[in-house]
Amino acid sequence: MTRTDQWKLAGVLLVTTLSAWYLFPSYRFYALSPDQRDKAPAKEMSDLRKKAIHLGLDLQGGMHLVLEVDRSRMNKAEAADAVDRAMEIIRSRIDQFGVAEPLVQRQGEERIVIQLPGLTDRQRAIDLIGKTALLEFKLVRTPEEAKSVFDRLDSYLASRLPTGADSVMPRQPLTGHFLSIESAAFAREEDLPAVEKLLDFPGRDSIIPSDSQLLWGDRDDAQQGVSGRYLYVVKRAPEMTGGSVATADAQVGLNETDPGGWGVSMKLSPKGRVDFARVTGANVRRQLAIVLDNVVSSAPVINERIPSGDASITGNFSVQSARDLAIVLRAGALPAPVKIIEERSVGPSLGSDSIQEGLLAGLIGTLTVILFMLAYYRLSGAIAIVAMVLNIFYLIAALAGFGATLTLPGIAGIVLTIGMSVDANVLIFERIREEMRNQKSIRQSVATGYDRAFRTILDANVTTIISALFLFQFGTGPIKGFAVTLIIGLIANMFTAVLFTRMIFDFMLDRAGKTERLSI
Amino acid sequence: MLQVLIGTNIPFMQYRRIAYMFSGALIVATLAWLVAHGGPRYSVDFTGGTLLQIRTSRVLPADQVRSALDAAGMRGVELQQMAGESRDEFILRLKAESARDPAVEVKQAVEKRFEGVSVEIRRKETVGPKVGRELRQKAIWAVLGSLAGILLYVGIRYEFKFAFGAVMALFHDVFITLGMLCFTGREVSLTVVAALLTIAGYSINDTIVVFDRIRERSKALRKEKHSRAMDIAVNETLSRTVITSLTVFLTAAALFIWGGEVLRDFSFAMLVGVGFGTYSSVYAASALALDVWIWLERRKGVKAE
Repeated sequence: MTRTDQWKLAGVLLVTTLSAWYLFPSYRFYALSPDQRDKAPAKEMSDLRKKAIHLGLDLQGGMHLVLEVDRSRMNKAEAADAVDRAMEIIRSRIDQFGVAEPLVQRQGEERIVIQLPGLTDRQRAIDLIGKTALLEFKLVRTPEEAKSVFDRLDSYLASRLPTGADSVMPRQPLTGHFLSIESAAFAREEDLPAVEKLLDFPGRDSIIPSDSQLLWGDRDDAQQGVSGRYLYVVKRAPEMTGGSVATADAQVGLNETDPGGWGVSMKLSPKGRVDFARVTGANVRRQLAIVLDNVVSSAPVINERIPSGDASITGNFSVQSARDLAIVLRAGALPAPVKIIEERSVGPSLGSDSIQEGLLAGLIGTLTVILFMLAYYRLSGAIAIVAMVLNIFYLIAALAGFGATLTLPGIAGIVLTIGMSVDANVLIFERIREEMRNQKSIRQSVATGYDRAFRTILDANVTTIISALFLFQFGTGPIKGFAVTLIIGLIANMFTAVLFTRMIFDFMLDRAGKTERLSI
Repeated sequence: MLQVLIGTNIPFMQYRRIAYMFSGALIVATLAWLVAHGGPRYSVDFTGGTLLQIRTSRVLPADQVRSALDAAGMRGVELQQMAGESRDEFILRLKAESARDPAVEVKQAVEKRFEGVSVEIRRKETVGPKVGRELRQKAIWAVLGSLAGILLYVGIRYEFKFAFGAVMALFHDVFITLGMLCFTGREVSLTVVAALLTIAGYSINDTIVVFDRIRERSKALRKEKHSRAMDIAVNETLSRTVITSLTVFLTAAALFIWGGEVLRDFSFAMLVGVGFGTYSSVYAASALALDVWIWLERRKGVKAE
């Protein structure tokens, strides 16, 4: 064995051992059933999970969200850290929601990427993450004040009606739809679209007094057996906000009229308690609306000054929606509304189907390539196959070692790498055959074959890597996974297909002495 | 020794005009399709909108599902029933952005119409219009960038006439693959763009093999006519051109047949691209390089051919 070959052998052994080292945690982790994983010590499992190769959301199922923080209504100072604050709040909401290994990450100026692996209830997650959860306590205007606001709207709308239009209630276009007007107006279910359309005109806020505001109730109420919704007139400036809430918990039986119903009870902070006592003391017998994201949750009448600092939100809650509301109230309101601009969710069943299909395709692809190489190149083909298997082994180990994520396109990348990795050996073997046809000795043929083919292999791999690099900067999850597998696969290919197989050939030729036959 | 395509002596270059016509016809057909349809059929990745993949607890007829969606006021939904064993699955494409979650709406509409049927949302991809625009831009840049990168690399490593032929072959392969996607009604999604870029990087490999051979043998081939020299190079490398493509073709075929629905368009593009890549290394890359070669020498006043 020559000195160079000794170095090569040492190199191959080193890389192989290293790969085995990086792959071992993946083997251990994925050999366990989900059940066994649950039973194992949590600390050990989370370590193992971190070291094992990560599966993309498209394989294990889960949800990928991109949120955009709407900073259009903020001033410069507020906008500066709005995204960071929103991220913190969302992170704490998700932590309480209980997802294993969530990822919350900032992307660019005003975007937040959220990944929730293994999540099954996507609707609930969206509600929990996307809710601004701006909690405000606002005073409801007195019935007289409300009436005057509605009257102003009526006369404005009436003046804008096309002249000569044969309207049933020309003088009361808006209030004609209401069943009753007290401190809030009640509109029947079937009238809701009409009322909403009437109120949707530009400059509405200039018609109603600037310190007042119209807000809808959040649920279907009933009045005189007719179902519908309340439209409140409230004071625009809130008396207090959710910032004064210290803790919030889901609780049953908060409302005396509905003993089995769920709601959220809140304890106020010391400062909040003082404010609340002052506000309630000054407004006895008026209604205080509890407003969540500009919708009135409830508007109880203040019977007396409340010094205790307990408040509650009741309404049409299930256990879960009450719990989720408590979570968002505890975590606090987002500094600005967020909008989901991208969502990619994959159910767990599709993910495991994808893994199975990917594995099957990979297995069949590998087998056909193996059969072809054996039939066509015999023993040399077998060497190329060992090189190909090593290629894939190194590739997967590198993915685990770099903490890269295996996605479905990534699996496709591995399967294609199987086909591409033998290409280099085909080029070399064809060249060796050619040299042998030209009556060169075996040793010489092998040497020329490797030397001449090397340049071609290098050029060929580099062009594919150039494409893959452009794909990589493209950036979205699954595609990035594909680019990474392709790049690593082709780099490993230079090692296995050229260096490793050459070493084997050298060994064989050394042992055979002056042979005149080569199985190629 | 088992071997194919060794010692061939096919006068490839003699027929290059026919090949030009064939390739030209495919390119014109693709262009015509693109003009007639205002571009390829982009997936929600690029147009914005929602893609849903649902599975129903029993097989439902597509027209009735459609009428259930219509009844629920969901118009303009593109509904596609999957074939074979997956006939209980549908893929839905919704263009408009609605305030309500389309996944919930579809589930409710179908479950309400068909008693006892439950709907599982297997996949939901929603892309906002702004993100769609960004992804489209990024895709165009990635395609142009990688073509330019390969051109640069080949330009540095090889003479101009070869680089020109190689890059034309590249455009040829990517464009015709795009055409085949269009003709078969497939969508251009992010993964399909990944396939197109991979084809760009891979299909040039066979071309490199031929060009390396010409460069290596340039002394011996100097006495030959240019077209004869090109034919010799192509014939001498024919076996490896075909075999290397074959191994990748086999794996891409395995992906196409067994790799599942999500990867089907990707593997289709790979199959077509690898196939045309082999053809184009002879008839686009080598043949064009030959014509540029002849043209360059004519300009220099050297009598070629």
